[in-house]
Amino acid sequence: MGIAAASSPRTLGGARFRRRKAVDRLMAGAMILSAIIVLIPLFAVGAYVVQQGWPALIGHFPSILTEQSPAGGQLIEGLKGTLILIGLACVVGLPIGVMSGLYLAEYGRNRFGDVVRFTADVMAGLPSIVAGIVAYSVLVLTTKHFSAYAGGLALGLLMFPTVTRSTEAVVRLVPDALREGGLALGISRWRTIVSIVMPAALSGIITGIILGVARVAGETAPLIFTVLGNNNGFIGLTQPVPALSLQIFQAVASPVDPTQDYPVAYAGVMLLFLLVVVLNLLARLVAARRAVARG
Amino acid sequence: MQEAISKPAAQSTSHGIGGRRGLHGDALFQGVATFFALLILVIAAVTVTTILYNSWPTLTKYGWGFVSSDVWDPTVKMLFGARPFIFGTLVTALLALLMAGLVGIGVALLLVEMHLPRWFRVPVSFLVELLAAIPSVVFGVWGVFVVIPLMQQDVDPALQRALGWTPFFGDDVSGGHSLLTASLVLAVMIVPTVTAISRDVIRVVPDHQREAMLALGATRWEMIRGAVLPFARPGIIGALILALGRAVGETIAVTMVIGNNVYIGPNLFHGADTLASRIAASLGEAADLQLAGLFELALILFLVSVALNAFARLLVWSVSRGSGQVV
Amino acid sequence: MNAMRASQVRPVIVTTGHGMSVERLNAYYGAKHAVKDVTLRVEPNTVTAIIGPSGCGKSTLLRCLNRLHEVIAGAYVQGKVLLDSEDIYAPGTDPVQVRRLVGMVFQRPNPFPTKSIIENVLAGLKLTGRQRGMNPREVAEQALRDAALWDEVKDRLKAPATALSGGQQQRLCIARALAVRPDVILMDEPCSALDPIATLKVEELIAELRDHYTIVIVTHNMQQAARVSDRTAFMMVDMDDRAGVLVEEGPTKAMFNTPKDKRTEDYVTGRFG
Repeated sequence: MGIAAASSPRTLGGARFRRRKAVDRLMAGAMILSAIIVLIPLFAVGAYVVQQGWPALIGHFPSILTEQSPAGGQLIEGLKGTLILIGLACVVGLPIGVMSGLYLAEYGRNRFGDVVRFTADVMAGLPSIVAGIVAYSVLVLTTKHFSAYAGGLALGLLMFPTVTRSTEAVVRLVPDALREGGLALGISRWRTIVSIVMPAALSGIITGIILGVARVAGETAPLIFTVLGNNNGFIGLTQPVPALSLQIFQAVASPVDPTQDYPVAYAGVMLLFLLVVVLNLLARLVAARRAVARG
Repeated sequence: MQEAISKPAAQSTSHGIGGRRGLHGDALFQGVATFFALLILVIAAVTVTTILYNSWPTLTKYGWGFVSSDVWDPTVKMLFGARPFIFGTLVTALLALLMAGLVGIGVALLLVEMHLPRWFRVPVSFLVELLAAIPSVVFGVWGVFVVIPLMQQDVDPALQRALGWTPFFGDDVSGGHSLLTASLVLAVMIVPTVTAISRDVIRVVPDHQREAMLALGATRWEMIRGAVLPFARPGIIGALILALGRAVGETIAVTMVIGNNVYIGPNLFHGADTLASRIAASLGEAADLQLAGLFELALILFLVSVALNAFARLLVWSVSRGSGQVV
Repeated sequence: MNAMRASQVRPVIVTTGHGMSVERLNAYYGAKHAVKDVTLRVEPNTVTAIIGPSGCGKSTLLRCLNRLHEVIAGAYVQGKVLLDSEDIYAPGTDPVQVRRLVGMVFQRPNPFPTKSIIENVLAGLKLTGRQRGMNPREVAEQALRDAALWDEVKDRLKAPATALSGGQQQRLCIARALAVRPDVILMDEPCSALDPIATLKVEELIAELRDHYTIVIVTHNMQQAARVSDRTAFMMVDMDDRAGVLVEEGPTKAMFNTPKDKRTEDYVTGRFG
């Protein structure tokens, strides 16, 4: 064998070691500093929303909801519009999202599935303004009409990739033993999927849907040129309609009378913030209950 | 579609009992599912086609010149070029990534490697994810009422005093609405993306790698630098690129604070526009050639987003393959 | 092959070997008591094997010897572990320094996949820095020779470590541990992931390393313990509190042929475990 392993030069302690420890402590400090830097704007935004929004909303509740702001109309109408738009988005996005997610999980381990999966991932990164401009082109330019349908289409475009991905992920997690059990009992494949696999994956699918909804509830850009907003409230699906996020944007970016528009905008911000937070918490709740049920 | 339906007949296991009825049900169901999967491809194709179709006038009129032209004048000269907005998009997105990237990875490392007690780790993780859920318009409002006055009154003058000799901090021409402000707001918005994905990627680095490094006598930072980060590097880069993609596509918050100017230049205090913010600002009153120009901006935006997203997914996916776990 | 080695002329070796003493060691994972009251002496320049049924705490005990146990959240240790005459758990002792002196080879080969072969070998050395008169490439070559891997990799030092077979990767990990010249080398079931031929190579390696290092090896393979070790320690789970205890330890031949404790005898004769 080789050279004798004479007692190793014990380079312990000493300046170099102290320097290494100092660097270690420094980097730990840097990481903590990062957390502080990240949390500061978070708290700033949250504090601002609550500080301005809560009094605006609660202070004049419920009259603030029907306050007619010159820029955007009434908040209650905006809320109505947002909910309707979410509904339309679901009509567009859910069937595609859930069924395609199902396809990818159950039948999609092939080239075609890879292509679809990749496309869904790409569409997931679609900028919201591009979704808006596509809906603008497909529904607004053609019918010469701004409408809720156009907004629903744009939001649906933004929603379905999230639902596809999460559905596929959750359905894949369902153990094969369940599927095999169904087939072994003589149940046809499609029945197995519908009545055994889907129920098992249901809460995960719902979580994905809620998260998709939370995302589109706050979207503004796709709505600017599809629903346009409507100071007169919600008057019909084929008409321009108000939406909460849109009202806020219009009140702040192009206010007609700041003294009236801003308070409504603040209250709207609080409302929208609450809506999004509640939806996210709901999604977590559903996910947590699924985890508990799984044991 | 015929192929899609005939395939399952061969795969179906329910021959015999249940017989042909079972076969039909399976085939039908698979057909329906396949239809929706196909629909995704159709939607993507329609998206691209629509944008292309509507940008045809400027596409054909300018060709590649559209990308290199600095002029965007819808009122007098009716000339359109994308370069100012490509510039605005690049500057704001990259600046935002610079600020958010380091900090975001730092937080991710903190959450995974620093063995913090649960009562600290869980709320911080939760808060960071909450930041990700805040709608863009809320950031926009915060940007207009809080950040812009702050920039205008305190930050910009201070920066100008300290660094005014560089070309980057010239005169504040737009009252706080600027490339810098937009970059800051964007940075805040994309930090959760960087943190969340980096955290998942770092978590997936196998413990035996960490132990190997520690067993050689490494400090915790040396372990992170020598074993964790190299292993997670593709995934972290993927996280950064995904965050960049998000920054590139961000519209509302940006358009509310960036000043909506046509500008190419080094002065970060100057107002400008990104591809997204210009579309948002002008689409309402645009017609004919300007409309086509906006659609072409959308095309560029779309292609850039797609490229970034695809690349990022590849990187994140490669890390999960290497470690044997799903990210 | 061993006969051939024995006949080679060896330079006169002056080694100050290093020993370890474990005194009343208790190890915990939070509330779980994993190792109870172990007292054990590891003599310099010997191979000590720790054997026992799975779950008896042998790996835990091993990881206490280089202070790797405490890396797990909530894990801690009571008692003393002496390296020569210093307690590695003395307050103020930095585990980083301990681990530099007490190296470890793990059950599954774990080379760094993003590093080349030579970068792997030098990974530990990079931390402590260059010493006067030391050429990294020479150190790497020496470590690879000592790990019986040099001939197989000398033409491809820059190749990624993952290009090697499992057995080669494990020897690479051994070279990596050797490069920092530790006092003691710990091996946690180093052959359990290897095929029989690779196992044989590693066992031969252990026999050679004994002259210059002190080795503690955990193994679930009794025959391996009988082949490679000078002394053996047998551990078992205590029936009452489910903690691992040291039942018996002594010279390997004696342990296997004339064990003192009935439990040891039952284990080595294969009656359980």
